[in-house]
Amino acid sequence: MTTTDSTGRVATPATTVRTRAGRAPARPARRRTSIAKRLELLLLLAPAMIMFIGFVLAPIAAAVYYGFYKWTGFSPRVPFGFGNYKRALHDTVFLHGLGHNLIIAVLSVALQLPLSIAIALLLNRRIPGRAVLRLVVFAPYVLSEAITAVVWLLMLQPDGLVDHSLRAIGLGSLVQQWLANTHIVLYTLFIVITWKYIGFGVILLLAGLQNVPVELHEAAAIDGASSWQVTRRIVLPLLGPTIRIWIFLSIIGSLQLFDLVWIMTGGGPANASDTMATYLLEHGFTSYQFGYGSAVAVILFLVCFAFALLYQRFALRRDTEGALTRIVG
Amino acid sequence: MRFPALARRRWGAFALAATVVFAAAASGCSSNSNGSNSPKASDTGPVTLSWWHNRDQDPAKGVWQSVADAYTKAHPNVTFKISPTQNEALKTKVPVALQSSDPPSIFQQWGGGAEATQAQSGKLMDMTDTVKPWISSLGNSAALWQANGKQYGIPYDLHVVGFWYRTDLFTQAGISAPPKTLDDFNADIAKLKTAGITPIAVGSKDKWPDAFWWSYFSLRECSQDTIKSMVKDLKMTDPCWVKAGQDLATFLGSKPFQNAFLGTPAQQGAGSSAGLVANGKAAMELQGDWDLPTMIPLATDKNYASKLGWFPFPDITGAPGTPGAALGGGDGFSCSSKAGPSCPDFLKYLSSTEVQTKLVQTSTATLPANPAAISAITDPTLKVVQTYLSGAPFIQLYYDQALPTAVGNALNDAIANFFAGQGSPQGIVDAFAKAVSNQ
Repeated sequence: MTTTDSTGRVATPATTVRTRAGRAPARPARRRTSIAKRLELLLLLAPAMIMFIGFVLAPIAAAVYYGFYKWTGFSPRVPFGFGNYKRALHDTVFLHGLGHNLIIAVLSVALQLPLSIAIALLLNRRIPGRAVLRLVVFAPYVLSEAITAVVWLLMLQPDGLVDHSLRAIGLGSLVQQWLANTHIVLYTLFIVITWKYIGFGVILLLAGLQNVPVELHEAAAIDGASSWQVTRRIVLPLLGPTIRIWIFLSIIGSLQLFDLVWIMTGGGPANASDTMATYLLEHGFTSYQFGYGSAVAVILFLVCFAFALLYQRFALRRDTEGALTRIVG
Repeated sequence: MRFPALARRRWGAFALAATVVFAAAASGCSSNSNGSNSPKASDTGPVTLSWWHNRDQDPAKGVWQSVADAYTKAHPNVTFKISPTQNEALKTKVPVALQSSDPPSIFQQWGGGAEATQAQSGKLMDMTDTVKPWISSLGNSAALWQANGKQYGIPYDLHVVGFWYRTDLFTQAGISAPPKTLDDFNADIAKLKTAGITPIAVGSKDKWPDAFWWSYFSLRECSQDTIKSMVKDLKMTDPCWVKAGQDLATFLGSKPFQNAFLGTPAQQGAGSSAGLVANGKAAMELQGDWDLPTMIPLATDKNYASKLGWFPFPDITGAPGTPGAALGGGDGFSCSSKAGPSCPDFLKYLSSTEVQTKLVQTSTATLPANPAAISAITDPTLKVVQTYLSGAPFIQLYYDQALPTAVGNALNDAIANFFAGQGSPQGIVDAFAKAVSNQ
């Protein structure tokens, strides 16, 4: 709906007017033009719609369908009602996985966000080597998750690069069993995630900072505002939309966390770093429980979808005013 | 599931980050476009066999190609369409293909419970009658590729799990001969510790190496009949299963493993369990015969192989298990039901002494499925392994392969948790029962 609406408005001003009215268009005499436009729309939208239906909607529908069956993928499908959902919601391993996702999400917002803002503010100043520093901060984001995971997996082995480095600077007492201690492993992973994704937040915020008008800085300076006051009263409020989008992306990313965890720990040891997605792959795919896996996939989808809707409704509404909130809200 | 070497890289699975959702869609979208493998294909008409195997690296990849070429030369009507696929990718591709109407004609098969699960699809060829005249040439091992008494797969090599150890480190610790009993074994661990050597490396991150330990304790504590009936009836009612866990608990209590073993991968990098043994950082490892080639890229000392020895899992004095019973498995192939008679005929060719000898000579197979090719093994340590395998009173397929996949995985999880200090010997048995009831 959203796509149709916005694309329609961009493509044809006439459609915009009608949509604003919020009513079905009264068919005018220019029916032929209208049909031509519709054909044009159909033609232009068809590839995207086919991909969207075939690779997003249809699999969701299939997952919902399979989720109601006991099915190894090969056996006849046995109707199971909500049995798979009950099983998932009673499985402490899955619930802990969900909990781990939430911990990562909360930590991301609580720690990565302030860090990103601080680095972005720093890199927005005229400091020597700014371009190089920006590159360094952004570089990890360019690496694929698989490569990041393998490199860190090797560095975090006992007596690996991390341990050696800590000892070399006299912090040997901080050395831990980074990936083997069930109490630490999740936080180790969080550090790697932060290392990888901080650059994305910084770049996003830097872009946002470019939109803060210079005039406001100048006006504030004339009024005698301190640097902190300028940041607190002018820059941060104007960064609001960027920050809200970053939080959205970060939380969705945290809920879907998979690659890094799967490669670095496989969800272990003793499920201490399982996430919903690693649980899904392990219990659905590699265990040939496609019915159960589908149910877990649906739960994961619902969690993300519910969050996305609520967040758009309450947090992003002002930022996207006029785009999709008009329809959603 | 065990796998020679190079291929066993869990992280390869990232490429399969495709969710169940996607798989379901993919299978739904598969079309029946390829009519070349019609059920009526006979040995006389032109036949194209699609072949999915997991040897995606040379030299093994080239060896399979040459075997196919040789077969085509002898049977000009049969051509091959070969898809060498990375091992972990293959594990997800095969189930998806079996849900489609167009599965490959020949595909990698590890036998056991996974094979039985796949057979439910009705898309695996029942080769029982076709192979009857010659299957006995492979000895008892072919039985591991049966499901419900039917032959759905044919092995081309066999695997056995045992201890790879550093002879130099054993000597350094004053150990003159590898242990025969668990008591000897524990004494040797103590000697190694006294000498400041990490006794054992284990790749607990991958879970399945943990399962080897519990499995072997159960092979020592449970009689052959008890094990067979457990695999068949999926019930661990005999107290020997809990006893296996208690033995394991006692053993873990002696802290025989390397530092932070819970995060150690089995085969990835010099810090992996295989790498630790290859580089002399640990004295031994309980692993499959594939450990030797696995170590090649991990060892800094290129003469590592000459420093390695092998001994079987020690017996437990007075325990009811069959002494010398071995944990193992192997690699083989299945035919899809539509592949036609050329497929089992080709698998017969793969089992021939000629091809089997070639597989051993090129290291494509470490331990051949056909005993006639055993003489081609040259590595002295592998000869020891082969002798043990040939003389083993019975070979138990790894449980995660022998049992239905979901149950096997749940058992591995429970054992891995136990290694991490969670659960109890009874808890492993309970987790098994829960997985059975969830089926």
